[in-house]
Amino acid sequence: MNYVNPMKPSERMKIPRQVSIEQTAEERNRNFNEVSAGLDEARAVLEAARCLECKNPVCIEGCPVTIDIRTFIQLIFKKDFIGAANKIREANYLPAICGRVCPQETQCEIVCILGKKYEPVAIGKLERFVADYEISNNLFIPPVITNHIDQKVAIVGSGPAGVTCAAELAKLGYKVTIFEALHGLGGVLRYGIPEFRLPREILDIEMERVRQLGVEIYKNFVVGRTATIDELFNEWGFEAIFLGTGAGTPTFMGIPGESLSGVYSANEYLTRVNLMQAYQFPDSDTPIKVGKEVAVIGGGNTAMDAVRTSLRLGAKKAYLIYRRSRKEMPAREEEVHHAEEEGVEFMMLTNPTRILADGNNWVCGIECQKMELGEPDESGRRKPIPVKGSEFVVPVQTVIEAVGQKPNPIIQTTTEGLDVSKWGTIVVNDVQLTSREGIFAGGDLTRGGATVILAMRDGKIAADAIHKYLSDKQDGKTESK
Amino acid sequence: MFPIISKEILSSTITKYVIHAPFIAKKRKAGNFVMLRVVDNGERIPITLVDSDSNAGTITLIVQAIGKTTKLLATKNVGDSILDVVGPLGVPTPIELHGQIVCIGGGVGTAEVYPIARALKDVGNTIYSIVGARSKDLIILEKEMGAISKEIYVTTDDGSYGRKGIVTDPLKELLDANKDIQAVYAIGPLPMMKAVSNLTKTYSTKTLVSLNAIMVDGTGMCGGCRVSIGGKMKFACVDGPEFDAHLVDFDELIMRNRTYVDLEKIADERCKLTPSIAALAGGVK
Ligand SMILES: Cc1cc2nc3c(=O)[nH]c(=O)nc-3n(C[C@H](O)[C@H](O)[C@H](O)COP(=O)(O)OP(=O)(O)OC[C@H]3O[C@@H](n4cnc5c(N)ncnc54)[C@H](O)[C@@H]3O)c2cc1C
Ligand SMILES: Cc1cc2nc3c(=O)[nH]c(=O)nc-3n(C[C@H](O)[C@H](O)[C@H](O)COP(=O)(O)OP(=O)(O)OC[C@H]3O[C@@H](n4cnc5c(N)ncnc54)[C@H](O)[C@@H]3O)c2cc1C
Ligand code: SF4
Ligand code: FES
Repeated sequence: MNYVNPMKPSERMKIPRQVSIEQTAEERNRNFNEVSAGLDEARAVLEAARCLECKNPVCIEGCPVTIDIRTFIQLIFKKDFIGAANKIREANYLPAICGRVCPQETQCEIVCILGKKYEPVAIGKLERFVADYEISNNLFIPPVITNHIDQKVAIVGSGPAGVTCAAELAKLGYKVTIFEALHGLGGVLRYGIPEFRLPREILDIEMERVRQLGVEIYKNFVVGRTATIDELFNEWGFEAIFLGTGAGTPTFMGIPGESLSGVYSANEYLTRVNLMQAYQFPDSDTPIKVGKEVAVIGGGNTAMDAVRTSLRLGAKKAYLIYRRSRKEMPAREEEVHHAEEEGVEFMMLTNPTRILADGNNWVCGIECQKMELGEPDESGRRKPIPVKGSEFVVPVQTVIEAVGQKPNPIIQTTTEGLDVSKWGTIVVNDVQLTSREGIFAGGDLTRGGATVILAMRDGKIAADAIHKYLSDKQDGKTESK
Repeated sequence: MFPIISKEILSSTITKYVIHAPFIAKKRKAGNFVMLRVVDNGERIPITLVDSDSNAGTITLIVQAIGKTTKLLATKNVGDSILDVVGPLGVPTPIELHGQIVCIGGGVGTAEVYPIARALKDVGNTIYSIVGARSKDLIILEKEMGAISKEIYVTTDDGSYGRKGIVTDPLKELLDANKDIQAVYAIGPLPMMKAVSNLTKTYSTKTLVSLNAIMVDGTGMCGGCRVSIGGKMKFACVDGPEFDAHLVDFDELIMRNRTYVDLEKIADERCKLTPSIAALAGGVK
């Protein structure tokens, strides 16, 4: 492949990694507007000029859906921003979302050659730039679908796994229907990830583009209740089904005091704020209550979103309580950094033991215990062990538990023949096929909690497998005629 | 969108709605509920499915206007639509032949116990029913309950109708007089269900209640509806809403349900600023 950038590698390396325009920490920790405005055109082109246009672009291997990163960066350098957007969309139908929420620092950017000596190319920010450029200039043209296939496929759940599978199958010409339990589309993207990281307009636009592929969408439809899987096959006439129902059921720690008023699962807390817009109460009808002092328990993205949301809802102090050390926190580095900047107080190596009540059954404090790190456990991380006699109490009026989620069992318990693991996830093979013919699954439902891009990858693999399954089935029918 | 096909005022605050929702109509069983959202930015609230007609594709709801969302709903008329209705949710009531059963409805809870009583009657149980409310105006479905019951007792707190007192008065007499009563189903305000449960415990009579925990999604995704059943955490929307009364921690739930009282009042105050809701609220206490 040719080089498009005339600069010498040494010149490219001298350009510093470009940074996004961001709201200041003091300004943003009181509003729900997006933290980062991304790169502007000049910075994006300059950032693209940093890319070495490697012969062997290892960044592509780092991408779970193998976006042709090298080519799209070259197109940005040539200022063909729409060409770049379309290049990404060949592999990833949701670039405006992935450009914002993917952990690039552990995927494409960690392997970027430039990162060996300097900072890696800001691949994620470039992805976001072209997606935003396309949106703000209204230049999106839906892919033309030339082939039309009569077979019907049902997609259960409108999270990243489901919509990706739907988009891929619709592009191949299948009749695709999405069933979503909630009144809004997007799964965690809608009810979990806050607007200050992923604005609703962006999500709405990406979801609308899925609809524009001719995908039919039923909201307010709980598969397993409104209709069962078997009814979808036998009465609705679907020939294959993809399950992308996520891992939405919250788990609680099981410590005393969890039924007090003022204790939330992160899921409930974030759902009230994001899906139900409780931060606009009383202009919206769903209430939420946040104390002056808030404790969030956990160390993942969910905990980070809950604690940053608390500041925005008016908490004076927001603590993040995590039983391991900062290094072990599974949250994205950028989110941890943003949380710190915004004034979140990190209480590492600390484990809650009890939630304390005032006279009105409201939370008034949380009792914690200090931890120290012992030997590595099965996950390879050093296991935290309690320090005897180290209990102390933090006064808080709100406690939010972000300590893990598991799949919602509604479909598993109403569908025969689906193998389920001891963690409640659905068992699939390497092409996302479940133990039942014609039923495929992916995303958090099969992985437990993972990432947006891995859910999308599962959706793509499943779409390929469904295509093969349905083509074979169709051939079988024609042959036997 | 879910169009309102008919609307009937049952009392100054209680209204019956028939709504077009064909998928739900087809699958509804006694004990199921729906989550509904009247308008964009509105709250999702749980309401019991009182009846359904799968041929007409309709469901029946009976709703008491007590706060922002239920009052807003009351302003909607035939021809208007409800934005979101999802269901049928919750574990349906196991409909078994017990023999003789008491079914108790308190206030709008009568609308919730009626479909269960009817289904239990259809499989051959003998039903004794008790319908109670604060005052005459809030007694609903007396005729319907009467039609499926061997005997029906009506109580009002203020004595404005039926017998003065609370539902546990006739219940105690029934349990004393009839040793063959196998089970009690009670749905109504939490203090009422708690009183029934305390009473039937002393007779060791199996008792089922439907818990009106505060819900957000209604599908098991938030845990906001968690209740303590025999010391274990359960989600009312997916594990219930029906539970063995003798295992329920009523006091805990009564406290939890007070979490938002002050904010609910603010939302309710807002209704008064909206002319159409205020007009209706004029007739509402
Ligand atoms: C707060 C939070 C922040 C996160 N931040 C990040 C991040 O920054 N970057 C990142 O990569 N990942 C992040 N993640 C993880 C990521 O969001 C998930 O891995 C991803 O959304 C999983 O996608 P999915 O399609 O499998 O399921 P989900 O997104 O969970 O979607 C499942 C959908 O299925 C619907 N559904 C469930 N049951 C039924 C049913 N019976 N019938 C019909 N519909 C049903 C649900 O309502 C939901 O809409 C975060 C997760 C959370 C909770
Ligand atoms: C399974 C179930 C079935 C129900 N069936 C019926 C029915 O058939 N008819 C009927 O009139 N009512 C029913 N209810 C109660 C009904 O959901 C509440 O009256 C309604 O949510 C009140 O909302 P509001 O905005 O009008 O009033 P608000 O002022 O918001 O609340 C008034 C009271 O209702 C309760 N409540 C508030 N929000 C919720 C919520 N999101 N979920 C549950 N309870 C809440 C609280 O105890 C509160 O104090 C049922 C409740 C449950 C849990
Ligand atoms: S590895 Fe880095 S420098 Fe090489 S092509 Fe990919 S982004 Fe460019
Ligand atoms: S209402 Fe959310 S889990 Fe029951």
